Amino acid sequence: MTRDDILSKIKEVLVDALGVDEDEVTPEARLTKDLGAESIDFLDITFKLEQVFGFKIPQGELFPESAAQDPQYVADGKVTPKGLTEMKRKLPHIDFSEFEKNPRLADIGNVFTVDVLVNYVERKLGAGAAA
Amino acid sequence: MRWMWIDRVVELVPRVRIVAVKTVSLSEEHLHDHFASAPGRAALPLMPASLIVEGVAQSGGILVGHASGFREKVVLAKVSAVDLDADAQPGSTLRYTVEMERYDGAGASTRGTVEVITQGAHGPNPARPIGRVDLLFSHLDRNMAGAVFPEHNFVFSESFRTLLVNSGIAAPFAEPRTD
Repeated sequence: MTRDDILSKIKEVLVDALGVDEDEVTPEARLTKDLGAESIDFLDITFKLEQVFGFKIPQGELFPESAAQDPQYVADGKVTPKGLTEMKRKLPHIDFSEFEKNPRLADIGNVFTVDVLVNYVERKLGAGAAA
Repeated sequence: MRWMWIDRVVELVPRVRIVAVKTVSLSEEHLHDHFASAPGRAALPLMPASLIVEGVAQSGGILVGHASGFREKVVLAKVSAVDLDADAQPGSTLRYTVEMERYDGAGASTRGTVEVITQGAHGPNPARPIGRVDLLFSHLDRNMAGAVFPEHNFVFSESFRTLLVNSGIAAPFAEPRTD
């Protein structure tokens, strides 16, 4: 499956889950700011991706689990260097380069773009094919 | 039994399916306003569609809650799709069949069908499908926003327990914490 194929299926998922128009779902679009996703939509998107692509998404693999209460990872409203390292390790499909310039927890939603979903699915399908 | 919008659970296959029924009665107060008579128009008492959705949500909530022994606080998070194309009148019975579609630590998604069973002169008529209600439930304590809620399970109250016991369902309710 090419990235374009993956993107076109992800478009269907997001149109269904978020009630957005297909042309709004560009690779750069941010799920929260641009497409209006709320926290519960992340669960809906996860379930729908599982259904469409036929794989299981363990909790914390696609989107981070709530780490806001852990002082090791978040302090003074910012993600700590340790937290960033941990997130990069656990979430290799996400590009944190912009976020880490000023890692305010409130801005974490900005890293979840449509492209991140494509990256994740591509890795997941690739891993499946290699297994 | 305020705000219980199902009368009985008639089948529960753990983690798979629940079937619940709700009989619509003319003595239910909300039917008097839905719809009341108006000049030139007689009253038209009908089960409100919003309460059908609530009944399906309560059915699905039990199915999802049962899967964790009612340890999780299961809340309706999203109404994914509703399509109801007929009404339920007093004297008829609504039957909700809710199937688990996805379940994990964070929540569950369900697919529900709604049927209506009317009464004929010689007994109930065959059930007639009138639509579907697809829902998304969240386990409140594992919400992604990181919000914290009280320890006790305020979702599955005494009303739910009574309903399950009277339906003959062995409900594995978690013992309340004493610490």
